[in-house]
Amino acid sequence: MESKQALFNYALRLGDNALILGHRLSEWCGHGPELEEDIALINVSLDLLGHSRSLLTYTGEVEGKGRGEDDLAYTRLEREYTNALICELPNGHFGDTMARQFLVDVFNQLLFTELVNSKDERIAAIAAKAIKEINYHVRHSSDWVLRLGDGTEESHNRMQQSFDSIWEFTGDLFVQNEFDQWAVANGIGPDLNVLHQAWKTKVAQVLTEATLKMPQEGWMQHGSKTGTHTEYFGFLLAELQYMQRAMPGCEW
Amino acid sequence: MSRNDWPLWEVFIRSRSGLHHKHAGSLHAPDVEMAISNARDVYTRRNEGVSIWVVESKYIHATTPGEKEELFDSAEDKVYRHPTFYDIPDEVGHM
Repeated sequence: MESKQALFNYALRLGDNALILGHRLSEWCGHGPELEEDIALINVSLDLLGHSRSLLTYTGEVEGKGRGEDDLAYTRLEREYTNALICELPNGHFGDTMARQFLVDVFNQLLFTELVNSKDERIAAIAAKAIKEINYHVRHSSDWVLRLGDGTEESHNRMQQSFDSIWEFTGDLFVQNEFDQWAVANGIGPDLNVLHQAWKTKVAQVLTEATLKMPQEGWMQHGSKTGTHTEYFGFLLAELQYMQRAMPGCEW
Repeated sequence: MSRNDWPLWEVFIRSRSGLHHKHAGSLHAPDVEMAISNARDVYTRRNEGVSIWVVESKYIHATTPGEKEELFDSAEDKVYRHPTFYDIPDEVGHM
């Protein structure tokens, strides 16, 4: 496989994950359950947006066709986005958002810890900066999982329900395609099968402490790595892309 | 637990090593861990701090404005208590 194409796809996916999850979180702006938590959620959202900016800028440079971060973020079609399905799921209630956030935060923490040692210097540098923020994200979301899981009967049941219903979207994070295999072979990124085991261990540890049950393993959704998205994604893009579609090339 | 049950906390931020913690503001949080997390998110997001203290507002005891005269006015004409009559060397840093 041509390494330029593989690197483009690998970096693009990292950027898309951060962009789409960051956008979803930004929908909480002004709607957080508490003023302080509202600000906390938006801090995380902005961190993710920052990661996506660095990654998509780099992706555009790798491609070498003059596309910048905005072109990649705002002018692609639905099927051209490669973010994990879990990132695009609707926010639901606060517990749903925290379950989603916790599962992705742990994934990001394990992934970016490895990417710090990537043989691609640029990815390693971006990861070194991002991992500090991601470590805080994990702290924030696992704190809420513990509080809500080990809270009242109501919060416990709803948190369990949140994990049970989102669980089928977790497998998609770890589908290893040809670009991941290229990344492993060239020391660019980690083996997702190994990562999956570490992820399950960490998730189980927090869920147990939160008096929650690990959801049953069952059928898993997949498709993000071939550009097949959930039905929610088109609506998300409509909002995300509105400004660039209405005023092409507009800059702040 | 509703918002009304969350106690108020006072937040103190040290902006750089060597400086004192300074009162930054207040916030609501159910317990000390979340008070510190919230303080980090609310008061240090523009790179303001290297250290955070929080204390529940109810533990702060304060003077009242009515006591101003008896407590503070007598210091007004005692300018010699200010260490302003000599220069502090630069090496001393923050005092």
